[in-house]
Amino acid sequence: MVRFSKGALAVVATLMMSGSAFAEQRVLKYNADFDATPLAAMQALIADFEAANPDIKVELNNFDHEGYKTAIRNFLTADSPDLANWYAGNRMAPFVNAGQFMDVTDVWDANNLGDALGATKASMTIDGKQWGVPYTYYQWGIYYNKDAYKAAGVSEPKNWEEFVANCEKFKAAGIDCLTTGTKALWPGAGIFDYLDMRVNGYEFHMDLTAGKVAWTDDKVRNVFKEWARIQPYITANAAAIDWQDAAALLVQGKAANYVMGNFAVATFKQGGMTNDNLGFMVFPEITAGLPRAEEAPTDTIHIPAGAKNVADAKTFLAYVASAEAQTKLNAALGQLPTNKNATVDSADPYISAGFAELSSAYALAQFFDRDAPAEMAKAGMEGFQEFMAKPENLDAILTRLEKVRGQVYK
Amino acid sequence: MFPRPIEQASATKQWLYTIAVPVALFLWLLPLLGVAVTSFRPASDLAAGNYFGMPTRFAYENYLDVFNNTPMGKYILNSFKVTVPTVIGAVALSCMTGFALAIYRFPSNLIIFFMFVAGNFVPFQILMVPVRDLTVQLGMYNTWYGLALFHIAFQSGFCTLFMRNFIKSLPFELIEAARVEGVAEWRIFWFIVLPLMRPAIAALSVLVFTFIWNDFFWATVLTSSPDTQPVTAGLSSLNGQWIAQWQLVSAGSILAAMPPVLMFFAMQKHFIAGLTLGAVK
Amino acid sequence: MSASSSWKANQRRLAPWLFLTPGIVMFLIYVIVPIFQSMWISFYDWDGLGAKTWIGLGNYIELIDDDAFYTSFKNNIIWLVLYMFAVPAGLMIAIFLNQTIRGMRFYKSLFFFPFVISQVVVGLMFSWFYAPNFGLLYKLIEMLTGQGVAILADDRFVTYGIIAAGLWPQIAYVMILYLTGLNNVAPDQIEAARLDGAKGWKMLWYVIIPQLRPATFIAVVVTVIGALRSFDLVSVMTDGGPYGSSRVLSFYMYEKALSEYGFRMGYGAAIAVVLFAIMMVFISGFIWKMWRDETER
Repeated sequence: MVRFSKGALAVVATLMMSGSAFAEQRVLKYNADFDATPLAAMQALIADFEAANPDIKVELNNFDHEGYKTAIRNFLTADSPDLANWYAGNRMAPFVNAGQFMDVTDVWDANNLGDALGATKASMTIDGKQWGVPYTYYQWGIYYNKDAYKAAGVSEPKNWEEFVANCEKFKAAGIDCLTTGTKALWPGAGIFDYLDMRVNGYEFHMDLTAGKVAWTDDKVRNVFKEWARIQPYITANAAAIDWQDAAALLVQGKAANYVMGNFAVATFKQGGMTNDNLGFMVFPEITAGLPRAEEAPTDTIHIPAGAKNVADAKTFLAYVASAEAQTKLNAALGQLPTNKNATVDSADPYISAGFAELSSAYALAQFFDRDAPAEMAKAGMEGFQEFMAKPENLDAILTRLEKVRGQVYK
Repeated sequence: MFPRPIEQASATKQWLYTIAVPVALFLWLLPLLGVAVTSFRPASDLAAGNYFGMPTRFAYENYLDVFNNTPMGKYILNSFKVTVPTVIGAVALSCMTGFALAIYRFPSNLIIFFMFVAGNFVPFQILMVPVRDLTVQLGMYNTWYGLALFHIAFQSGFCTLFMRNFIKSLPFELIEAARVEGVAEWRIFWFIVLPLMRPAIAALSVLVFTFIWNDFFWATVLTSSPDTQPVTAGLSSLNGQWIAQWQLVSAGSILAAMPPVLMFFAMQKHFIAGLTLGAVK
Repeated sequence: MSASSSWKANQRRLAPWLFLTPGIVMFLIYVIVPIFQSMWISFYDWDGLGAKTWIGLGNYIELIDDDAFYTSFKNNIIWLVLYMFAVPAGLMIAIFLNQTIRGMRFYKSLFFFPFVISQVVVGLMFSWFYAPNFGLLYKLIEMLTGQGVAILADDRFVTYGIIAAGLWPQIAYVMILYLTGLNNVAPDQIEAARLDGAKGWKMLWYVIIPQLRPATFIAVVVTVIGALRSFDLVSVMTDGGPYGSSRVLSFYMYEKALSEYGFRMGYGAAIAVVLFAIMMVFISGFIWKMWRDETER
């Protein structure tokens, strides 16, 4: 026994002596959920960061995007990294409230981020403190296939009535007017958010996702009334396919329009579309005179409360927030930098359009599953999926959502 | 409805039967064959809508693609890291428990035996939250040994049932004779019973290997990163990334299925003996 | 000296406990105790991150008014009933294959093949089989009716589609149980029955099946357990969708307790307790029968 502990001591001593050798490179564990294109972009950023900080080694641990949303709850409590991807808004609230994310207000203050990241500061703030750093956001809107428009002999709609009227013509040409793939539920919520913001306005939408309005309210029904007008022209079996499958339909010209986020441009282009035939438009006005709100989900990086290497993690956050890093990262991502001093590629029509769209918007929403609490979001998105397949179930869906509202917001 | 042995049937019937069996087999394995063929289909075939015709060429690069661009190799290694210790641990534990429950008479014998049997049937979900918590507290969350420890414990239920019934079927006189000669109990276990248990150990090992290799639920509950995830959880997460790339999904599926399949063919006799010995006594 | 002699005297009393201790300890820690812990947690409101709040029967009361719970429950019943089809189907295939021709051993093991494959892989295979627009089954239905059906996106069919996938390995399992059982069927009894004029279904019902009773018992046990454990396929093939219509209790529990849109450990535990109660009905039945067999001997 004595001999054993002596041996153990010796081992510890050697470890400590050689500690300085190991300390030359401090490891920063980073858990993330990037798809292929953004992964490459972030790897490039990490390489730059490591070049600037040769004593830090970033270990990027990439998860499958959908699986990550479950995994994060496990690793935050159990096996915490030093950095973790997440989202702004209500979506980070449970982690902040449970003390799982670290307060990084000092990083914001030290680097004057309150000014540089002004547009997204509100969505990163809970209880007057900042809980992470946003590195990108992107616009949503309607992406469309110009060739499909030509094939159906349809011109770009100026307003909602024209959009709806076009659908009949697309149908005659055998083209889905609107496509979506809701196997992972969330794409359907994009349609709902826009319809709600265009029919009832931003404030109502925020009240609804905050649980202040009944789902059985007539104003909510009005949203579904508009939705019902285009429902017959939405890709059948949307519930069975992923958003990428639906993107393929748009690429092939089997579908004309797609309510999507700008990250999808990479997928459209991989499928063979170019700036010439991939169009983008802001979701058209429905109720005249409503100030125009847009969806701009913000992706963020946080320091988990259980992080072991906090000092280096903060250095990394400050780097990610910087204008240079954001310019380069977002150019590779094809998205918009949250740092106002960063520059965007004016040659990219979607980025320029998005920049114009968001900077002139009245207000920005995060996205249904980030604005509403998780359980409400899940129930809501299932409801949207069901509505697109079976619009006749609307009453049952709204009653169910109202019941969930009663349970979720206490 | 119970056919006579085919040898007694007419030549035509015999001939028909020898045709019918492979045809039925073909239909039975159609989903598997479809996936196997797809795994060798070049992506261009799928893009061109050639889902079911002959592949235009033999695209073994799908497999290379899976290995080079995904952590598939790592996943498979993780599966071995979880499965092999579980097999050893569960079989070792159950050799002892099975021996104790089969050879000794004591008041709580049957109660303990049925505790193992009943525990083996409970739904995983009733264990999920506490086992996850326990694993987290032990600092074993997202490690291969955290997962393996749980599997060892849970599998010892089924294994005990199996071993106990097997040892019961051994001639008890051997043990009595040894006892008369004053052989210590642990020597009886080690030198007399254990050698006789070899077929049971082989059968059980193959079975447990297959069960654990194919486990998905606990892999998702107790591991979270590609560094530790076994191949079932890994494949499910890759499936989330390989949208519409069925040639890769298929190749990944075939790879994930391969080890238990090879094990099954190599140890077929033991495997079937195991399933049915535990079952039909 | 005295210690060793008392060991000698008592070793037959102590030995079983020494052999049992490691197994029992492991099994208690990881299986038996957690069952009771889950029951305990089901009385709390707990998000797995913060503190637990005692709410008594709150979770169960909510469960009674939860549509998703009833959907899951109903699907569990469908699973249980339809999964039983594996028993006769397995028996039929076993009888069909119970011949000796060249290569029969090989054929039998290939028939058994699906059981060796992970359910994750089986789920992916059938997803591909059902896939809208190009899946084999979709094409087939389209050819026959002119309109393809996306099985996994249609709330009317989705549960049946998943069950069909689950039946594939399950039938293989039952088949192998019966094949072994058939090996032990006494040929002289069959001959005797034949001489008595037993034929067709009568032969099967009165002569063969009674002799297969042990195999049938195990087949029913593993099929019931398999039906109630149906987590993997649901998770891989549909994730409970479309709009939650293919949920089963085992999946719903996971969804509520550990998935992206919910971390309600207490509520999940309450669902698990209900599932456990259902399973307990069957487990008690099995145990009762096995207990009788053991004590009668």
